[in-house]
Amino acid sequence: MFATLIKIRLHLQRNFCFLLQPYQIMTSVNLEAIFQSKIDDEVKIEPKDWMPDAYRKTLIRQISQHAHSEIVGMLPEGNWITRAPSLRRKLILLAKVQDEAGHGLYLYSAAETLGADRDELVQQLLTGKAKYSSIFNYPTLNWADIGAIGWLVDGAAITNQVMLTRTSYGPYARAMVRICKEESFHQRQGYELMMAMSFGSPEQKAMAQDALNRWWWPALMMFGPHDSESTHSDQASKWKIKRKSNDELRQNFVDVTVPQAEYLGLTVPDPDLRWNEERGHYDFGKINWDEFWNVVKGNGPCNRQRIQARTKAYEDGAWVREAAMAHAEKKEQRKLQPEAAVKAA
Amino acid sequence: MIKYLLQLADNALILGHRLGEWCGHAPEMELDIALTNVALDLTGQARSLYQRVAELEGLGKDEDDYAYLRDAWEFRNALLVEQPNGDFAHTLVRQFIFDAYNYHLHHALTQSKDEWLAGFAAKSLKEITYHLRFSSEWMLRLGDGTEVSHAKLQAAIDNLWTYAGELTTPNEIEKELASHGICPDLSQLKTAIEAKMAEVLAAANVTAPVGAWMQSGGKDGSHSEHLGFILAEMQFLQRAYPGLEW
Repeated sequence: MFATLIKIRLHLQRNFCFLLQPYQIMTSVNLEAIFQSKIDDEVKIEPKDWMPDAYRKTLIRQISQHAHSEIVGMLPEGNWITRAPSLRRKLILLAKVQDEAGHGLYLYSAAETLGADRDELVQQLLTGKAKYSSIFNYPTLNWADIGAIGWLVDGAAITNQVMLTRTSYGPYARAMVRICKEESFHQRQGYELMMAMSFGSPEQKAMAQDALNRWWWPALMMFGPHDSESTHSDQASKWKIKRKSNDELRQNFVDVTVPQAEYLGLTVPDPDLRWNEERGHYDFGKINWDEFWNVVKGNGPCNRQRIQARTKAYEDGAWVREAAMAHAEKKEQRKLQPEAAVKAA
Repeated sequence: MIKYLLQLADNALILGHRLGEWCGHAPEMELDIALTNVALDLTGQARSLYQRVAELEGLGKDEDDYAYLRDAWEFRNALLVEQPNGDFAHTLVRQFIFDAYNYHLHHALTQSKDEWLAGFAAKSLKEITYHLRFSSEWMLRLGDGTEVSHAKLQAAIDNLWTYAGELTTPNEIEKELASHGICPDLSQLKTAIEAKMAEVLAAANVTAPVGAWMQSGGKDGSHSEHLGFILAEMQFLQRAYPGLEW
């Protein structure tokens, strides 16, 4: 009964709020209670719904960080497009990096539904105000890195993103459904590349092992600090933005990925890694959090290069974007004032 | 016939390669996606053509042997497509000149007496039609946009026009195949191609250099200095670790 009343109230609030007089507007306490009850009832929050400022800010921060990660993430993989060793691999890699640009666009649009402006968000990335996934501050040094990124980095991202398909903000959840489909395709392609390398010549297998050695720990760091250290987790769980903890997700990833590495005949670079029968999970070694924070602070091997590359693309492209805008405006004016345009010509 | 197919394939491969260099670095995200689309189409076309060459040669080679194991003098692409990306205006002008030629070429190739080639052309024409629309629209945007974009577009035309002539000047192979109705007579196609170029250039308010010297040689294996570097990069893994599956 209560739920029905809430739903009716929500319907009125959503669709007839313009009829409300100031004295009738519910207090923020009420609004917040309604908001939380929607979350508790698994009703998605939509762009025009009332939401607490902090919820909006958290989402803009998270969605834009995700968008930035997609765009910056194009760089390490794009690094190998011109050196892909077969036409088939070249097409796969081109299509994959293109998908990432598409995800970036899609996510910036989702952030815009919350009132953010894409250009401002991009500025925050370029000035270092906004973060992106630290994993992309590592270099791609041999061809197997392209496989390792698909397998491990996309694999870790999917573990996180599958959870986000059920996140409480509607546009974000729906964006994630589509993105997850493409990411799992990428993950399979990455693993298939790792198979070709691992079962190939000794040199190819050495490349695959080298790639695993370098990407394993950064992939585990992708899930973020331990739950005990994470600053954003509590509120994000209450709002169902995040539905599983960093450590739970990391454990899921390790449990799924270790047997895949075994199948490839590769060694996971962790001497403490072993199956724990009692827990029904793999135990794994200590993550080097000093390295993690160091890379977050900007001292990873490629932090500077990534931002410089994005800044260069942005600055070099300014005149192109300005030209496109100017042309669109002129076209509009010519439509409105055909005579003046003819005279001017 | 094989040399002609390689000419088509190499044009698509090398231009696709150049466009791939933009991936992640384009002036805006939508353009990044569009340029990559064109790169994907062209690389896909090159693949089909190399597969056909392998089939006709019957030497047990595969598509990658042609892309990765030939040296520069064996490549038959036109000089235009190997020119560096430069700024976006240069990439665009290179693309537009090629698209205007490629569109009319493939349109005519749908009538080829070679059944496979006619089928290939019909399939590729859909993609190439989109490429020409994309590059023509951007020619207008840059030409009409701002003073800066107009000047950059005109500079790119001035720099690249010298490579336009090779596309529409038949070499011996093209003359021979045209006489058998396998490929079109380029001297006839030239009028339509130049009309399309003139139409778009006029709309963009830019001009082609009059009486410019036209460079040639690429179609017969005599390239600019750029191709060697493209191949050094593209072929690195296949050359360093020969004979492996990737």
